[in-house]
Amino acid sequence: MARKSSFTNMVLVLTSICLICSAIMGFVYSVTAEPIRLAEVAEIDNAISAVVPEFDNAPSSEVTSIENEGRISEVYPAKMGEKIVGYAIKTTVSGFGGPMQIMVGFTSDGTIYNTSVISHSETPGLGNKVETKKSPFSAQFKGMDPKITKMSVKKDGGDIDAITASTISSRAYTKGVDNACKIFVKIQEQSQE
Amino acid sequence: MEKLKLITRGIVKDNPTFVLLLGMCPTLATTTSAVNGMAMGLATMCVLILSNVFISAVSKIIPDKVRIPSYIVIIATFVTVVQLVMQAYVPSLYKTLGLFIPLIVVNCIVLGRAEAFASKNSVIDSALDGIGIGLGFTIALTILGCVRELLGSGSFFGIKLIEGDGMLAFVLAPGAFIALGYLIVIFKKLTAKKA
Repeated sequence: MARKSSFTNMVLVLTSICLICSAIMGFVYSVTAEPIRLAEVAEIDNAISAVVPEFDNAPSSEVTSIENEGRISEVYPAKMGEKIVGYAIKTTVSGFGGPMQIMVGFTSDGTIYNTSVISHSETPGLGNKVETKKSPFSAQFKGMDPKITKMSVKKDGGDIDAITASTISSRAYTKGVDNACKIFVKIQEQSQE
Repeated sequence: MEKLKLITRGIVKDNPTFVLLLGMCPTLATTTSAVNGMAMGLATMCVLILSNVFISAVSKIIPDKVRIPSYIVIIATFVTVVQLVMQAYVPSLYKTLGLFIPLIVVNCIVLGRAEAFASKNSVIDSALDGIGIGLGFTIALTILGCVRELLGSGSFFGIKLIEGDGMLAFVLAPGAFIALGYLIVIFKKLTAKKA
C-alpha cells in the first residue's frame, strides 16, 4: 500500500514522476512531429488540387498571405510550367459552431473552379452539409463568375441556394467565397501594376 | 478463470457506460456515428490500459497525500501520447473527435480505475482490468454510435442503407440522451435475467 507521506518523499516522488512523464512526452513528440506536419501539408495539398485545374508545381511552397477586411487569407498559386492556371485561396470565416476554413479555387480568368471546406465544426446532419460529399451545396459555386453573381444567400437577396435549416452555415460559407473573390480581385490588381 | 473474470466484469457487470454511468461527456458527445464512437472507445481504452499498468507499477512508492496529482500527471501523459499518435497517423479521425481526445484526461473512468483498482492490485491484474473496462466502454460507445447513426443518418458504419437523412434528432444532442436511456433499459433487462 501507499507509503506514509513526508515532505521529502512527496517532493521527490512528484518531481521524478513529472520528469519521467515529460521525457515520455518529449520522445513521442519528436517521433510524431514530422508525420503530423506531413499530414497537415497533405491535407492542404488535397484541398488545393480539388479546387483548381491541373497544375505541376507545389502550390503549398509558394504560399503568400493577403489581407482583406481584417481577414488574413493564404493564396496558393497553381502553375502549369511557368503559366499560372489558377489560384487556391484559403480563408477562414466563423460558422455556426466555430471557425470554418474554406478553400476556393479560381481559374486564371477569374471564374470559380471549385470550392471545398477544409475544417469546420458545424452541426452534424445540418450545417455539415457544406462538405462536398454530403450535399450539392458547395458544387453550385462551380463555374460562377463573381463579377456577375451576387455572393449572398437567396434570403439575403443574393444568388446562392442555402442549405435547408442551415442558413447560418450557408451564409458563412458564402461569405468565405465572397471574401476569396475580393482577394482574387486584389491579386489581379497587383499583377497588373 | 479469475483473470478472465477481470475482463468480463468490465464488459457486463461493471460496464462503465450502461451500469456505472461514468464518462458520460464523451459518451454523449462523440457517438454521432459508429466509427466515431468506436474510435473514442479505443482511444480511451489505450489510455486506460497504459495508465493502469503504470500506476499499479509505481503505486507502492507514491506517498498517500500526493497520489491524485501523481495519477493525473501520469494519465495526462498517456492522453497526450495517444493524441499525438492519432494526429500523426489518423488525422481525419483526430479531426472529428477533436477536443474530446484531450478531454480523456478528465474522464472519470480513467481516474476511477486508477484509484479504485490499479493502486491496490498487481500490474497484470490492472492491465486486464484496463482491457475489460476499456472493452466495455468501447462496445457501449460503438452500440450507441450504431443506433444513433442508423436512426439519424440511415447508415451503418458509413454505408448508406436508405436514401435521405433519417431522424436528424438522433445525431443531435437530445437523440444521444434518448438512445442512451433506451440502451440502458435493454441492457438492464438482459443482465437482470442472468443474475
